[in-house]
Amino acid sequence: MAEQDAPAREAGPLRLVGTLTAAGLLSGLVLVGAYLITAPRIAKNRADRLRSAAFQVLPAAESLDALELVDGALVPGVLGGEGDMVYAGRNAAGELVGYAVPAEGPGFMDTVKVIYGFDQERGVIVGLQVLESRETPGLGDKVGYDPHFLANFEALVVEPEIVPVKGGRTADNQVDCITGATISSEAVVDILNRSAGRWLPVLEGAAEAPATGGAQ
Amino acid sequence: MSEQPGLGEEFVKGLWKENPVFVAVLGLCPAMAVTNSLENGLVMGAASTFVLVGSSLLVSLLRRFIPKAVRISVFIIIIATFVTVVDFSLAALLPDAHRQLGAFISLIVVNCLILGRQEAFASKHGVLPSLADALGMAAGFTLSLAMIGGVREILGSGSLLGVRLFGETFAPWAVMILPPGGFLTLGTLLVLFAWLRERKERRRLRAGEAEAAS
Repeated sequence: MAEQDAPAREAGPLRLVGTLTAAGLLSGLVLVGAYLITAPRIAKNRADRLRSAAFQVLPAAESLDALELVDGALVPGVLGGEGDMVYAGRNAAGELVGYAVPAEGPGFMDTVKVIYGFDQERGVIVGLQVLESRETPGLGDKVGYDPHFLANFEALVVEPEIVPVKGGRTADNQVDCITGATISSEAVVDILNRSAGRWLPVLEGAAEAPATGGAQ
Repeated sequence: MSEQPGLGEEFVKGLWKENPVFVAVLGLCPAMAVTNSLENGLVMGAASTFVLVGSSLLVSLLRRFIPKAVRISVFIIIIATFVTVVDFSLAALLPDAHRQLGAFISLIVVNCLILGRQEAFASKHGVLPSLADALGMAAGFTLSLAMIGGVREILGSGSLLGVRLFGETFAPWAVMILPPGGFLTLGTLLVLFAWLRERKERRRLRAGEAEAAS
């Protein structure tokens, strides 16, 4: 080959260490730069998605207050915050219409993250959106978009508990599983049961939560 | 190796004669894992193109300064840097596509096609031939992913780029968007390409014989 031009002499150990150090240093600089440039945008994308999902599961809401559960009490937080978050939905008159509650749990493949609209006065789930899932494409991931399955969550009573069934629901606390995606469907039910059981007492007592909050 | 091939030739070989997926059978992990739709295939192809072209450019520029003993480590550092930049940029600009491709964007680092081109080509050639080689290989890779993704989306979802192709009565062949569909499609396309190559070769031989006989 005409252009064979690898270094002729064997490089000494200092040169090897130097090359790798320089490569690592430059790479680090590039990565930090790329991170700093993209991080605000990525955080904004995540918050946008959370916000649009929250409005979808609380159709009556016009604005959202981000609330964080700290030591058993709800305090104002930021949308998309890392803590134990819920989002209080308010209508145009500022009245509380329900809470959008993010929840997660193990699915068939990986953690499934959902957000659901919760009417704490009636103890009823009024909407569900899947935020993140790695369920099987075409089967398990239907929990995120199958209209028949999502219709289960338009008025779902959470007490005494939500029960997964097959072949059509006959009671208000039942969820009709997707054929071929029973495990993913049951995983969603399980996530909701655990989350609702934990939040119901908190939210019932917090109906007069402060109307202040960072996220609109 | 009698003479230097031209830049055009370096580019074209990646499309057909040395197509990374259908001929060299490289980079099969992304070729099967993310090609359940044409769009995912194209996004993965574009991300790999950026990484391959960027890495080849840098490696061919720096090839005289990289000692042989640590060359693989340096290649991997360069590739991983480009991949992470792509990962951040996709998450910022195309969040939906990023969510679809998930971990497979980070896994471009270990795509043997990319490291393979650095070791086999960019580290031994000048900037221009390396760019032509990288662009050709990347185009061939993207084309292959688009073909696999297109076939699987049409059969498995009954749509192309999200647009429904058939009426309501079409029952999608769900296995095609599941992992087995990747193997079935790739295998069928490999057979097809091998058959086309063989037919071309046989024609060439027969033409040679006819010439010798006359």
